[in-house]
Amino acid sequence: MSHSIAIARETLLDAPGLSEGQLAQVMDRLLSRQVDAADIYFQYGRLESWVLEDGIVKEGSHSIEQGAGLRAISGEKTGFAYTDSLELSRLLDAAGAARAIAQVGQHGARAVATHAAAPALYAPINPLDSLSEEQKLDLMRRADAEARAADPRVQEVIVSLVAAHDTILVMDHSGQISGDVRPLVRMSVQVIVEHDGRREQGSSGGGARQALDFFLADDRAMAYAREAVRQALVNLDAVAAPAGMLPVVLGPGWPGVLLHEAVGHGLEGDFNRKGTSAFSGRIGEQVASPLCTVVDDGTLPGRRGSLSVDDEGTPSGNNVLIEKGILKGYMQDKLNAHLMGVAPTGNGRRESYAHLPMPRMTNTYMLPGAHDPGEIIASVEHGIYAVNFGGGQVDITSGKFVFSANEAYLIEKGKVTHPVKGATLIGNGPEVMTQISMVGDDLALDTGVGTCGKEGQSVPVGVGQPTLKIDQLTVGGTAA
Amino acid sequence: MSHPERIAALTQAVEDLLREARQQGADAAEAAVSAQTGLSVTVRLGETETIEHTSDNGLGITVYFGHRKGSANTTDLRPAAIRESVAAACRIARHTSEDPAAGLADPDLLASDVPDLDLYHPWTLDADQAADIARDCEDAARAADPRIGNSEGATLYTQGSSFVYGNSNGFVGGYPSSRHSLSCAVIAQQGEEMQRDYWYDSSRLPAELAEPAAIGRRAAERTLARLGARRLGTRECPVLFRADVAPSLLRSLFGAIRGHAVYRKSTFLLDRVGTQVFPDWVQISEDPLRPRGQASAPFDNEGVTTRQRDLVSDGVLQGYLLDSYAARKLGLCSTGNAGGVRNARIADSGQSFEALLREMGRGLVVTELMGQGTNPVTGDYSRGAAGFWVEDGEIRYPVEEITVAGNLKDMYRQLLAVGTDNDVPGSIDSGSWLIENMTVAGD
Repeated sequence: MSHSIAIARETLLDAPGLSEGQLAQVMDRLLSRQVDAADIYFQYGRLESWVLEDGIVKEGSHSIEQGAGLRAISGEKTGFAYTDSLELSRLLDAAGAARAIAQVGQHGARAVATHAAAPALYAPINPLDSLSEEQKLDLMRRADAEARAADPRVQEVIVSLVAAHDTILVMDHSGQISGDVRPLVRMSVQVIVEHDGRREQGSSGGGARQALDFFLADDRAMAYAREAVRQALVNLDAVAAPAGMLPVVLGPGWPGVLLHEAVGHGLEGDFNRKGTSAFSGRIGEQVASPLCTVVDDGTLPGRRGSLSVDDEGTPSGNNVLIEKGILKGYMQDKLNAHLMGVAPTGNGRRESYAHLPMPRMTNTYMLPGAHDPGEIIASVEHGIYAVNFGGGQVDITSGKFVFSANEAYLIEKGKVTHPVKGATLIGNGPEVMTQISMVGDDLALDTGVGTCGKEGQSVPVGVGQPTLKIDQLTVGGTAA
Repeated sequence: MSHPERIAALTQAVEDLLREARQQGADAAEAAVSAQTGLSVTVRLGETETIEHTSDNGLGITVYFGHRKGSANTTDLRPAAIRESVAAACRIARHTSEDPAAGLADPDLLASDVPDLDLYHPWTLDADQAADIARDCEDAARAADPRIGNSEGATLYTQGSSFVYGNSNGFVGGYPSSRHSLSCAVIAQQGEEMQRDYWYDSSRLPAELAEPAAIGRRAAERTLARLGARRLGTRECPVLFRADVAPSLLRSLFGAIRGHAVYRKSTFLLDRVGTQVFPDWVQISEDPLRPRGQASAPFDNEGVTTRQRDLVSDGVLQGYLLDSYAARKLGLCSTGNAGGVRNARIADSGQSFEALLREMGRGLVVTELMGQGTNPVTGDYSRGAAGFWVEDGEIRYPVEEITVAGNLKDMYRQLLAVGTDNDVPGSIDSGSWLIENMTVAGD
């Protein structure tokens, strides 16, 4: 039994006084109809956040999120109920409500408690107390000072620091118990600059499944401050972005949000099982240029999108989605994997005990290619070089997706020239992926800030890619 | 226990919290406690797919030590978690800095009575009954046309809530509320092409929800109308934001006049109160006290009285959306907008949707917007879009994979008309917006 499971058992079973026998009793109740699968998910979550503004730490907040979610599955039907109390009577009530989805009858087997362990990808620490309050506030104040010192045009600085500590335990219908202790920290710096009456904003940040001293290492916090200022100042000089189809070069790292939107969501198992994705039924087909190999990898140690086990107890995988342009597989949770006759891939995730799990991404990125990034830019006569993005969105059925650049430049005659204002880029996922004509050798992952929303549920994710060139993509600027 | 019956227990919880905060050394405190129960049933391809029983409790406490502030919240309402939360808020407040603007709302602004806005109309139905309603809705969508070949299902959601807020200046108020919705999303197929769209309705009253079959048929109509979508060449043209996407332009306005954006100078409408932001025929108001309104509230998130007010009169911006904190930062008075705008409305200029098409003549109707694409500091606007191309005042064909771009300041000034077609459910009441000119990027 790994250390994480021991902590999860202690926190979620021993502390509220639940015995293994009582847990089996709740599972028996869930299984007392014709249920194919069931699980009980326990969560103990603590989160602390601080905000600095106007040079002072103004606000701090502490959150408790705790409870249990119970699910019963019969064929394609799911019954779900949850409770914020871990008392046996409330768990039994929730089990009774969840199992009502299934016909009267009996599940074949009884749950026998066993334990599953997966290699831990992060230490089972509590990041909330990984620095003292004084150290947390000092870190934020130093980032504020760094941003203000970087340029006299800086008017406002907002620094936020968040530490989250989630402990989860999940028991499935066979009785297998998995657990995980998930630290997550995030810091961000946002600035407003002003010059000659024009104002602009810039922001930067990062995070990881680590302790808060992550931000002290390698000068990270100060680098976020300087980066936010740099970005805002670039935008002060930006001219209108072009409108129309152009070659687009995307920088390494966070621009990988392209992959998250253009292919990631469309390869989630639920949409493909239902046949509602533009990628449905296309395994084995060419869906991207042969230069593209895209993976979803939840096994990267300490990354924001990583999980030792997913929220159904399946160990995370490094799953190849697209290999040299050929569609290899979808991302699956247990329900959709079972219904599609494939193995779960460790992508069953949920926002909390009060949400149903579904197939979700972890860290989605493209493997490096052979080109020098400079050579890629030099190959463009007239186009856009986009290095920073806000969010994106996709219509998985039509395949149309957008992502919004907030730092971009013109490329003129093979050289990066003037900064242009933020603009939305729009394309069709399967089409755009075939337009990728050069892939750089400079794979980078994002700094650990991504949050993905799906059906109202938010989960932390990562993205990454090398520099890459898309021959034609619609750029939504205003300049003719 | 029904939600009205819970109000007394929640009021007791708020009073206990405030007492606990004082015992732990806080000079002032405010607390909110809520309980919500609901049922969500989804039917897909005629079969029940999910039944979710929802039950969410929440408690939030903010404490002040002088002008230093700390907050905590919890979904676990057992005494140990409550003690932990109050202690955490107090610990945080001992570390935050003295901020003269921080504190409870001014006592003379607090609601002196809590009017009954008739927000609670529970729906007692079981999962089977809910599934029958959702099935009627989805069946109507699937029966509408053979090209409706797949579905994401129809969902009936019903919830009841109880909410109590109180602070150490002696205010305590609460009320129960209900919300019911029915939505349907289907997929139309034609050759290789697949398109998805949806429709829904929501209401405080079960009886006021649209007929399930009508919602399903409208979902099907909207989806079918997208088939055969083409791209457009890059151009400048007038743009008609249909009533289902027009509220997003009002949300951008509300974001820009939010007190917090104003004192941070992070808005494209800085120092614009008293100036012409829209043409002189434009009237925008909010009505938080409307009985049964989707966003109605008898007091705001700080206990301050809410009232009907004009946000834009004759095109002139009348004021900001202020909570106590932003008001103090700006040397103004709270406008009862802690928690946002409630039941906003833009008055129409008299034309039906068809009349707006004729007025536009040749241009783009936008029916879907994608992505964020709005810069709140500069007003620069660039979003993905889908809709219809219009010539000679008539819809010619659906379009997709395009962007619409401009600047919100210009878009507001160039608002030519607001339609009478305000039939979209939600808390913002707006017809379609005709904007004189924007850049459309396509192939």
